[in-house]
Amino acid sequence: MSELLIDNVSMRFELPNGGHVQALQNVSLDIKSGELMSVLGPSGCGKTTLLNIVAGFLAPTEGNIILNDKKVIGPSADRGMVFQQGALFEWMTVRENVSFGPDMKGVSRAESKENVEHLLEVVGLGDFKEKAIYELSGGMQQRVALARCLANDPDVILMDEPLGALDALTREKMQGLVLDLWRETGKTIILITHSVEEALLLGERLLVMAPRPGRVHKEYRLPFADLGVGNDLREVKKHKDYASTREEILEMIWSMEEEIMGRTEDAS
Amino acid sequence: MSGFIIFALYLVAFFGSYLVLSRLLSKYFQREGFNSLKTVTFGDESAVKANRIASIISVATVFWLWVAFTNSAIPLPKLPGPFQGDATFTYTATLEDGTSDDATVTVRVYREDIQQTVDAEGNPGREPDAPEVEPGDGFAKNDTLTAARYSFKVLNVWSNDEVSKKGGSTVTAINGIPIAPGEKIDIPEGTVGLTDKGTPTFAPATGLRMARLYLPAPEVVMERFIRLNKEGYQGFTLWEHTWKSVSRVLWGFLLGSLIGIPLGYAMGLTNWSRGWFDPIVEFMRPVPPLALIPLMIIWFGIGEVSKVILLFLAALWIMIIAARSGVSGVAIAKVHAAYSLGASKWQILSKVIVPNSLPEIFTGARVAMGVCWGTVVAAELVAAEVGLGKMIVVASKFQLTDIVLVGIILIGVIGFLIDVGVRALETWLVPWKGKV
Repeated sequence: MSELLIDNVSMRFELPNGGHVQALQNVSLDIKSGELMSVLGPSGCGKTTLLNIVAGFLAPTEGNIILNDKKVIGPSADRGMVFQQGALFEWMTVRENVSFGPDMKGVSRAESKENVEHLLEVVGLGDFKEKAIYELSGGMQQRVALARCLANDPDVILMDEPLGALDALTREKMQGLVLDLWRETGKTIILITHSVEEALLLGERLLVMAPRPGRVHKEYRLPFADLGVGNDLREVKKHKDYASTREEILEMIWSMEEEIMGRTEDAS
Repeated sequence: MSGFIIFALYLVAFFGSYLVLSRLLSKYFQREGFNSLKTVTFGDESAVKANRIASIISVATVFWLWVAFTNSAIPLPKLPGPFQGDATFTYTATLEDGTSDDATVTVRVYREDIQQTVDAEGNPGREPDAPEVEPGDGFAKNDTLTAARYSFKVLNVWSNDEVSKKGGSTVTAINGIPIAPGEKIDIPEGTVGLTDKGTPTFAPATGLRMARLYLPAPEVVMERFIRLNKEGYQGFTLWEHTWKSVSRVLWGFLLGSLIGIPLGYAMGLTNWSRGWFDPIVEFMRPVPPLALIPLMIIWFGIGEVSKVILLFLAALWIMIIAARSGVSGVAIAKVHAAYSLGASKWQILSKVIVPNSLPEIFTGARVAMGVCWGTVVAAELVAAEVGLGKMIVVASKFQLTDIVLVGIILIGVIGFLIDVGVRALETWLVPWKGKV
């Protein structure tokens, strides 16, 4: 079973003017196989940096990422990424996008065909296999991105605000889809989001990060993701703890934002 | 003078045809579809669509102006033409003792391009004979003169007179109007004057149209085009001239792309290549290819090699820069996504960077093709054995303006076709352009 270990990771960016930014400080996390962890925090708290380090696009200045007892040294097919938008290949059809991972591994199209078509059915794009990417709506494009990621059968799926560019209704539908896919595939998922609701609904583990330096502020274990699988997410929102937890987290993030604003005002 | 008239006529055509046609054909002047519902159209570029009637009239206007300023046979309204036919004027010769005598000069004015015309039997035209006139009485005898349109003739009226210029005969009046040496008198058919030494001159009225030497009529250019197709020029057929120019452009562009695109990718992908080629590209990019023509001729002569290398250099920098900006235009998310899906560096290049840079490459290709086409004509103007530029420059030396015009029109049409071709290729290969 896959286990993702974020071991005392720090990230420090040197600035051209001689100063530096401590984007992450001593972040340690142990993510079990099949966990869905959502990461929330005010802007500048280093959540995207953390994701890029786990994906292997950035090397941390301190600490290690260990996946399945092996140190992460670069991007690899065992960690799939879903981006906010613009990461699909416009020169390929929907089907070619989804079979990109297997193609790169040298799996023949005939072999990967069944899985690719199954995934396209699962994300509801069975009738759009041969369409061009630019013919799809934003929500459909994100479904392709999900299917493309799953087609490669990664151990961990890293999502960087995957639903951030969608309208509210599409977003709600897609949240349900993410939950269903998570339960069906049993993948480990790290999901970065700006939306407190999304983090609550999707994360069985919820990480609130604080900025300057970027660090883990508080961690929650939440029941809503389990409740939401296969159910109407609006029903979940009526759960007795939902509103109070949301208020608590919003309060937390607001005070952080205010602190940042205050600091900026002091500086000026 | 003609310039102002052309400009004025053009303005009249532009505004006049709009005012007239927008009333007569008002249904073609409405905005169509969704645009017809927009109340704000002035300032909304998306609501502006080319009015095809305007395009047609625009081309027709240029054609009409061409006809109007030439001695064309095409029955369209034309500007006042040059005088042609027989004209007479009288001169008064006065002797030293004060006696004077009148005599008539009959001038026959003929087409200046008579030798380039053919009659019904296919014989080339020739200059007409002088008109026959009675010598008349008195010591001054009647004279005759033949003059081509747009020409200027000096007439020795004393050649048949009883008293010569040396003998004391001077011209003192034209058509009864006194005239002194150096002066001019306008008659309906032209201008009669006296030189500083007192010899009469005659210049037929030119009107406002241009002589064939300066601007041949459209049908003359068309005839020349047909003749060039049959007979060729300077030992090569028109097709050979055209194809040579086109094939030079294609070879130069092809070589420039073959070398330039990989170099551009290298510059976009590795520090060493970026550093290595940056100074060369930045230095060579602003050098106009035309400035290299003399060096190319010194090094490679005036043959094919020199032309192809010149065009190669013209296309190279443009394609390098196009490919480099194509790489920098790849969204980093795509590259990250491809790596996370297990792509190798080679697969990143071939599956992500190359297709993603195609729009930039095509933009570069259109620019490069345009520059190459301009450069090849200029290079051929300087020195070549065959090619459209060569054809034009040789024809201009023999004052064959119609061949020059045939060449210019062909160059324009082919340049346009090349651009249309590249754009068609682009929509076929890069269907997602502008839709993402």
